[in-house]
Amino acid sequence: MSALGVNGLSVDLGGRTVLTDVDLTVDKGELVGLVGPNGAGKTTLLRTLMGLLRPRAGEVVVDDRVVRRGSTGLGYVPQRHEFAWDFPISVENVVMTGRTGLLGPFRRPGVADWRAVGEALERVRMTELRARPVGELSGGQRQRVLLARALALRPSVLLLDEPFTGLDMPTQELLSDLLRTLAREAHAVLMTTHDLPGALYTCDRLALLNRSVIAAGTPDQLRDERLWMDTFGVGENNPLLKILKAS
Amino acid sequence: MSPIEFLTDLFNPDLAFLPKALLVAVMSSIVCGVVGCHVVLRGMAFIGDAVAHAVFPGLAVAFVLSGNLILGGTVAGVVTAVLVAVFSQNRRLREDSVIGVFFVAAFALGIVIISRAPGYAGSLQQFLFGSITGIPDEDLYVAGGAGVLVLGVVFLLHKEFVAITLDREMARAMGLRVFWLDIVLYVLVTLAVVISVQTIGNILVLALLVTPAATARLLTDRLGVMMLLAPAIGGLSALVGLYVSWSWDFPTGGTVVLVLTAAFLAAWLLAPRHGLLARRLRRGRVWPTAPADGAV
Repeated sequence: MSALGVNGLSVDLGGRTVLTDVDLTVDKGELVGLVGPNGAGKTTLLRTLMGLLRPRAGEVVVDDRVVRRGSTGLGYVPQRHEFAWDFPISVENVVMTGRTGLLGPFRRPGVADWRAVGEALERVRMTELRARPVGELSGGQRQRVLLARALALRPSVLLLDEPFTGLDMPTQELLSDLLRTLAREAHAVLMTTHDLPGALYTCDRLALLNRSVIAAGTPDQLRDERLWMDTFGVGENNPLLKILKAS
Repeated sequence: MSPIEFLTDLFNPDLAFLPKALLVAVMSSIVCGVVGCHVVLRGMAFIGDAVAHAVFPGLAVAFVLSGNLILGGTVAGVVTAVLVAVFSQNRRLREDSVIGVFFVAAFALGIVIISRAPGYAGSLQQFLFGSITGIPDEDLYVAGGAGVLVLGVVFLLHKEFVAITLDREMARAMGLRVFWLDIVLYVLVTLAVVISVQTIGNILVLALLVTPAATARLLTDRLGVMMLLAPAIGGLSALVGLYVSWSWDFPTGGTVVLVLTAAFLAAWLLAPRHGLLARRLRRGRVWPTAPADGAV
């Protein structure tokens, strides 16, 4: 049974159709990469999965339940620049903000909440930096804080938007190891990425997206160059295809 | 004038307006200091300015009709804030443009209304630049009540306001009612402004909202500390400002703001970690041992 199911999803944005009839599943224990050119609708898809955009048609199912805004089954890790890093707040308090919706109005965090935060910090190996102001963190540490904030909800599905962008190579490697570990620990992980070689190497499956899912499967199942040419709108001499052959 | 003489004047029954002015000034500085932390951290100083100007027509109407100034100002400020929030939903216009349209319009409306009142020049000046005389007892209670209400709501909705400032999208995804919480924050800013207008004046009130919080931000990286420091800085500056203005017969609003500005500049230069001096010393390694600094 898949943890995340997307069935016939169509989304309009500002009167324009951005996604048409998207079908996608992500199983528990699986790391799936969502790749496609700029403007293909990757971020729109993630935002719709989070309930931030209302689809014109179709539905999103998490753990057999249709997703609404405020559903706790999904953990979302936005692009790093969406977050106000100059805010005077410590790492652990940022992670706690992940539980704001769960806590509900007027309630303060209790023991169970702090335990969830502690676990999330442990998972991303940020326990030692828990009291550090977030403004002092490096790019990789910031990414891990956002990941911990998502994990603080103990979601079964994790969505990440461009987690590798702007990170140096060693940090990217650490992060992709971490994402694979999280997938093995029974999370369903879906991430968008621009790093194709990295995605081919790291992800269990890839979904090629351009307005709709052109194809989805393991890197081996996606050997057909036509699929990539269609998705990215490139010719047969594009370096992209050479990378694909080499992998 | 020595501080002792100031103290004597405070308890002089002939000068009963003085302790009242001091109380209102300190109280409004404390409320503005706390609310100002959210204003500064969210980068909405311009909204604070807009609301401050927008309360003016309400004050003018209340003045012309001899109604309650605080009530009039609040209604006008809230109406403008809601208009800004609603018009900002249109993606074609950025919020700052919408604010620019409405707050000047509100201010203009205020000027037109108050010009219809007899003897308007004097009252206009009083609104714009503040005055420490003529605060009715009733305003003291209304301002106190409004202040307690504002602080209570800020306390109750603290985690929601923080979550929205940190990451709006995420807050929305978590199911927070971002639009309504924004309006609540605007209303709180309006109330803080309205109770301060009497002593500080309509134009200078922005300083009470922004300067103490900005000063506190320079001094700490902890939100909790910032939200205690800002009202402390604001309240103390109001006290010192009123003392100086009483001693030398300076206008009160202007003096309080200048004291606040001095505190801000001092923090900018001397703050332990983020101050200009500390940075210079760290960079230039003037001292062989680094100054006491937790995380290097």
